[in-house]
Amino acid sequence: MSLSVRITHQLGDFTLDVAFEAGPGVTALFGPSGSGKTSVANGIAGLLVPDEGRVTLRDQVLFDAAQGVCVAAHKRRIGYVFQDGRLFPHLTVEGNIRFGMRFAKGVGNPAEVVDLLGLESLMQRRPGALSGGEKQRVALARALMSNPEILLMDEPLAALDEPRKEEILPYLERLRDQSDIPILYVSHSVAEVARLADDLVILQGGKVACHGPAEEVLSDPAAMPFVGVREAGSILRAKVLEHGPDGLSRLVISGGELVLPGVTADEGSVIRIRVLSQDILLSVERPAGLSSRNILPVTVESLRLGDGPGAAISLCAGEERLLARITAQAAREMGLEPGTRCFAILKATAVPKGSIGAAKSA
Amino acid sequence: MGLRPEEWAALLLSLKVSVVATLLSLPVALAVAWVLARREFWGKSFLSALVHLPLVLPPVVTGYLLLLTFGRNGAVGGFLEQFGIVLAFRWTGAALAAAIMGFPLMVRAIRLAIEAVDPRLEQAASTLGAGRWAGFILVTLPLIAPGILAGAVLGFAKAMGEFGATITFVANIPGQTQTLPSAIYAFLQVPGGEGSALRLVGLSLVVALGAVLVSEWLARRVAERIGRG
Repeated sequence: MSLSVRITHQLGDFTLDVAFEAGPGVTALFGPSGSGKTSVANGIAGLLVPDEGRVTLRDQVLFDAAQGVCVAAHKRRIGYVFQDGRLFPHLTVEGNIRFGMRFAKGVGNPAEVVDLLGLESLMQRRPGALSGGEKQRVALARALMSNPEILLMDEPLAALDEPRKEEILPYLERLRDQSDIPILYVSHSVAEVARLADDLVILQGGKVACHGPAEEVLSDPAAMPFVGVREAGSILRAKVLEHGPDGLSRLVISGGELVLPGVTADEGSVIRIRVLSQDILLSVERPAGLSSRNILPVTVESLRLGDGPGAAISLCAGEERLLARITAQAAREMGLEPGTRCFAILKATAVPKGSIGAAKSA
Repeated sequence: MGLRPEEWAALLLSLKVSVVATLLSLPVALAVAWVLARREFWGKSFLSALVHLPLVLPPVVTGYLLLLTFGRNGAVGGFLEQFGIVLAFRWTGAALAAAIMGFPLMVRAIRLAIEAVDPRLEQAASTLGAGRWAGFILVTLPLIAPGILAGAVLGFAKAMGEFGATITFVANIPGQTQTLPSAIYAFLQVPGGEGSALRLVGLSLVVALGAVLVSEWLARRVAERIGRG
């Protein structure tokens, strides 16, 4: 594992007590505000000295309370992208990026990073003359130029409006899929996590509530209370078969075929689709005469009755998993239990464009 | 300009005293301002009060305290004399008095500038590999440059105008410790001295106006350079 974290820290009457590991790819640290995410990131970066614990990056011990080891922040090779960018206002974009290289061990390729993040036309501008999205791209470039062994991103999109987020997410997907630098992505947005994360650590009240591959955690009914019932949903990996002239695209997943609008990825490429649990209907018989084109044969894997009237049901569609939320009453009447075969129905227009992102082809 | 020799001497001495006082106290003021802006420690309010003391104390009191401390019989003055450094009744003493009187103004201007810089920028610099000094020199210092400049101009102006502490500590010896304000005062005490006094008053006006104009111009250039203009 690239990064191994065990941190115990007391902040007023809030106790942070987390342990997790992060491998290659994007590990998302997800939780509501006040769950301790930023403190964890600061503990890793050396901006906060935890009371107890141990942090290691590759073979290097960055922090070990028991042994009294605490490597200074500037000696840790960690690129940090802050929520508020924190660009140096007295330097141009180019100056900010060069600042990243100034103390870097090993030389990165500035041209490559500038190209990856689309910054060519901004190089001579001052941070004050940049939009929020541009600032975050520059902050990302600056962090990358310090040639870090891991990239920490603390809510990098939280301060941006929806269109700006949409503008940056493709860059982050490219970074994830084209570089081999591990990323710890701190966020309270399920949408971002679903787009970007390979692994997911859910923090709740200073503790790790769930931890595992993002597809598994997000489709686990047990994680639904932490994600929120309205935001809960699973990630599907689909291959684009063809784009129809009517704006609908045919996609194939391991459990069947889907037809969705708004897919812009090239034919043959692999995409990630976030399907909200409330957008799925279940039927015990193959429905006929429905308007929906997306009917997948599925098997109930597990179900969980909530405290309220709802039930969360995890479904297998081939290799893929879906999460559905229906009423507990319906689940009972349909006789759903693990192993039950049924049909999941997804309305094509329920999947917004922002829920469709790029994926590394396996 | 038709200045008489003693008028020239007063002007040059004032400039020398003010430049030396400003340059020597600036680094100290920067350090004290940084400590007051960025550090929490026991006795911080005492340090702050001590720094501001010359601002509220009657200058003649400051001058007398300087004389007691740095005079030949004073604790520090006696010690310094072993190294051949004499302050009382010398131009160096005038520089010390001017530096101390201008110090609170300098610290105040620089401290405000430091407090306006987001300390999280230094954090960002540290995550990019910059140690504390490198972060200060590359990030904080350029951002507070206008504040330092403003502090230096205020300190210089105060030094040019310093009278009470100077005359108490180093007296009013023509050619040695007679600064511009002391000279004006002296000329006003003798019959027929109004002409000289008036010329020196005009000179003071020119120097003061010049200093303000130069500092405005510098501040504008710095602001442009750091992208706040």
